[in-house]
Amino acid sequence: MDVTHALAAGMGGMRTAGDLVARMQMSRGMRLKEAKDYVAGKLGCTVRDLSDSYAMEQIRGEKGLGRILDHSNLHPGEPNAMMAKFRIAELLGIRINSVDKFRDLAGL
Amino acid sequence: MEARIPTRMGDGFMVEMTRSELRADIQVASEEAARRARVPPLTADEQAHLLDIYASPAAFTAVDIGDQVVLSCDGGGSKMTGTDIQDLLESEQRLGQDILELWHIEYSYKAIKTILPFQQQVMQNAQLMLTAPIQYGAQPNLAFYSKPDGPASNWFELLPKGDIAGARAAIDEAMEHATQDMVYVTGGMIEAGADGVDFDTTGGAGDGDFLSTLRAVKRVREKYPEAGIELGMAGELVIGVHGELEWEGRRLAGLWPREQLEVCQDAGVTLFGPAVNIRTSKSCAWNIAYSLTVIKPCMEVARIPVHPNVGEGVCGVPVNGYPPEDAASRAAKALVDILRCDGL
Repeated sequence: MDVTHALAAGMGGMRTAGDLVARMQMSRGMRLKEAKDYVAGKLGCTVRDLSDSYAMEQIRGEKGLGRILDHSNLHPGEPNAMMAKFRIAELLGIRINSVDKFRDLAGL
Repeated sequence: MEARIPTRMGDGFMVEMTRSELRADIQVASEEAARRARVPPLTADEQAHLLDIYASPAAFTAVDIGDQVVLSCDGGGSKMTGTDIQDLLESEQRLGQDILELWHIEYSYKAIKTILPFQQQVMQNAQLMLTAPIQYGAQPNLAFYSKPDGPASNWFELLPKGDIAGARAAIDEAMEHATQDMVYVTGGMIEAGADGVDFDTTGGAGDGDFLSTLRAVKRVREKYPEAGIELGMAGELVIGVHGELEWEGRRLAGLWPREQLEVCQDAGVTLFGPAVNIRTSKSCAWNIAYSLTVIKPCMEVARIPVHPNVGEGVCGVPVNGYPPEDAASRAAKALVDILRCDGL
């Protein structure tokens, strides 16, 4: 069923900008349109690009926001996971809890 | 003779209905929902669009390009196919979920309280390895605080005996414990790095279940102003087991989704998930029309994202361990197209 909803209506998470739009909903309580407009503005793309895996794969790669990894798409040397979240926090202008914790615990 | 179209009942059983029968189900359901919840029925255009969705013979359907919404997914990380971290990675990398959720199979805050450090360690480790936001979820489950599982007297035993005062006192006692546990666990998970928390099936044990959660939300919001707080309801109507509980002067018993959203917004919730329970003897078309009618008023007053629940047995998705894709995808499209909701 998870797959069903993801294909039927989901933005696509890291395949697109779904995780970024989701962060604006979670941290700022933004409604969908406002969250999409905000993220599109920060990325320098259109709102429609946000759900387009073709466009977002390139944008995420250029900006170091983390990309889906599989046997055909490997990106060693590119930010992912916690590294990518540092970049996401800076790009979106939000605090990401785990980034702050990492910074504190790593003594950065 | 009208063509018969394959469609589903609320339990997932496939039947065949004519376009006229589907149209009638949609209309009757919306009118009944409107009468019960005292809200307007769906407009003629909305019912017509719903009919197009459910009269389609397609095995799968989807929203239009550009209309995709945020999916806040519970149940993603809990050791179903691998470890909990492996399951979260699967949800992020393979299933394309927008908001992930770490959870434990013992899915109640009362139980998690006893294993909090284990869950905190998993959350801390998971946050190092994943990019998508991860929230921590569990259920309030107020009834677990009554005997024999908890300290309070069992109000479901006292009420049939006519001991209403005793039942209310037991609920009051249970709520104190529940709120304390919810604040303790959610605070602990946020300290471990969680991006947010989820209170799932809130109100499942009635108005006491709802109030104890609202109190917890308020305390968590005060301490963590930027944490995501998702609250998903258990059903479309808050049952008045206690009957006299209020949130800032508003009685909780009898609240429908719009009013549920209003109190949640006031308490500090960030994402609100209304739920409408399936009637298994009705068609999915009937069920989605009913659901849309009672949820639609939420969208007029929403200041926060609204994510209707689309798990098994709610908001048009059949009660079935393996919800058929044709039915689940139709429900998802209907909710997005007609409500213009912010997520699912």
